[in-house]
Amino acid sequence: MRRTADVVIIGAGVTGAALAYELARRGIRNVVVLERRFPCSGATGRCGGGIRQQFTTTHNIRLAMESVEHYGTLAEELGVDIEFIQGGYLILAETEEEREAQRKAVALQNDLGLPSRLLTPEEAAEILPLLDITTIKSATYCPTDGHANPFRVVEGYLRRARELGVVLEKFTEVVDLEPRGERIVEVRTSRGPISPGLVVNAAGAWSGEISRMAGVELPNKPVRHEIAITEPVEFFMEVMVISIHNGIYFSQTMEGQIIGGIGLPDERPGYNLSSSLRFLRTYSRELLRYVPALGQLSVLRQWAGLYDVTPDAQPILGPTPGLENFIQANGYSGHGFMIAPAVARHLADYIEKGVKSEILEKLSLERFKEEIRGEAFVVG
Amino acid sequence: MTHASRVTRQEPKDEPIVCRCEEVTLPEVVQAIREGYDTVEELKRHLRVGMGPCQGRTCLPLLARVLARETGRSLAEVMEEISTRPPLIPIPFEVWRGK
Ligand SMILES: Cc1cc2nc3c(=O)[nH]c(=O)nc-3n(C[C@H](O)[C@H](O)[C@H](O)COP(=O)(O)OP(=O)(O)OC[C@H]3O[C@@H](n4cnc5c(N)ncnc54)[C@H](O)[C@@H]3O)c2cc1C
Ligand code: FES
Repeated sequence: MRRTADVVIIGAGVTGAALAYELARRGIRNVVVLERRFPCSGATGRCGGGIRQQFTTTHNIRLAMESVEHYGTLAEELGVDIEFIQGGYLILAETEEEREAQRKAVALQNDLGLPSRLLTPEEAAEILPLLDITTIKSATYCPTDGHANPFRVVEGYLRRARELGVVLEKFTEVVDLEPRGERIVEVRTSRGPISPGLVVNAAGAWSGEISRMAGVELPNKPVRHEIAITEPVEFFMEVMVISIHNGIYFSQTMEGQIIGGIGLPDERPGYNLSSSLRFLRTYSRELLRYVPALGQLSVLRQWAGLYDVTPDAQPILGPTPGLENFIQANGYSGHGFMIAPAVARHLADYIEKGVKSEILEKLSLERFKEEIRGEAFVVG
Repeated sequence: MTHASRVTRQEPKDEPIVCRCEEVTLPEVVQAIREGYDTVEELKRHLRVGMGPCQGRTCLPLLARVLARETGRSLAEVMEEISTRPPLIPIPFEVWRGK
């Protein structure tokens, strides 16, 4: 194993993989990616693959819009079919307050140039004819939202990064970090130490633990989210559906499988990754309320992953106050896959040139000293 | 998580099949192992082997044997790494919902 590296990236999920590639592309090639298990073994390989831009904070909207642009050309750039489909996202609301929140969100999104629209229930049913609109008050729709295959995205990024000289160390766990003065001077792993130029904390739900090794507390908490996939059925929905009423999301894969999940409101923070019957019951009930026609469709598998949740549901990006060579790239709060291409570019530009973009300024760890105004739509 | 689209093949394959549900052949498995996908969990995600309707009941033991042979690890060690995901047999949403 290499004993020195210009950049040590901890975690080979979509964040670590995308950043490794963006650095290598800029000529920063002495990069080592350390991964406790294997690429995609964290949240990335467990996620819904949804890519939406309909958020409620300026930064989330901007990052997602930039990412959608990158996702559009990524397959060609990486030479891998990432199965990116822009079938739109349909967001459902069931109460007056939710409709009002949707109206405000669309106004902000339109200001930022996103072509999202507020729909009546009948218009929503035109987009998804099998939708039961009995309880629907309103919906929003953005035709350029979509989904992609996380495994192919990570494989594509890592393959190109490695061709350019990046080293991936699988089954290599970071066990300690040694800060001295204003810097981390050593990364200790289960396979020996490395002296880093920079250290990037892309450890997803484990980023708090990594940070604590350097004596820095992050406000992030790991929260379990469960998800399930069905047998394939005839293709009937291009659109990905989510609801701000109950937090459900579901879409249809290229193979025809319905993949989706729902957040359980009383889930406690922790590293529990077991699959619950309660989830499957709640998800089935809410899914069949919206699309009763799916009653006979069988669930093939369920599993769980961890959201890495911050107090304002926006990521923590950039250098750590007091430890300038320790870069945070975590806290995605359940929407890290969709913004990864943009985040990687902002961070790689910063690492290359030392200049922070406006988004990095706004999403730095320091913001938690100030008042928190967060993302309201924390769904897939 | 969306999955790799299944390649629709017009002609039946001549090579020995490891996974019938997902139509994954022995040469495909061996090549993937040589490319570095050298654990059962990585192979599942890369090739979809073991992800079909039978949930790998038919093919995972075979896959483990190929992997052990290719990597020189013991069969027990390779089998140990396999994780399973419920419900193990397909069951419809209405049954889960209950009445
Ligand atoms: C059920 C579910 C559904 C989701 N749906 C969506 C969606 O539709 N759209 C979307 O955009 N996002 C979704 N998300 C969120 C998304 O999955 C994450 O935000 C994103 O994958 C984060 O990527 P990451 O690379 O930062 O973290 P991860 O993919 O978690 O990667 C972190 C890596 O760090 C490694 N690691 C941890 N500790 C150590 C250590 N000590 N040493 C070495 N390595 C270590 C882990 O093994 C892991 O591989 C979903 C999440 C879940 C759980
Ligand atoms: S034979 Fe491989 S999943 Fe059924």
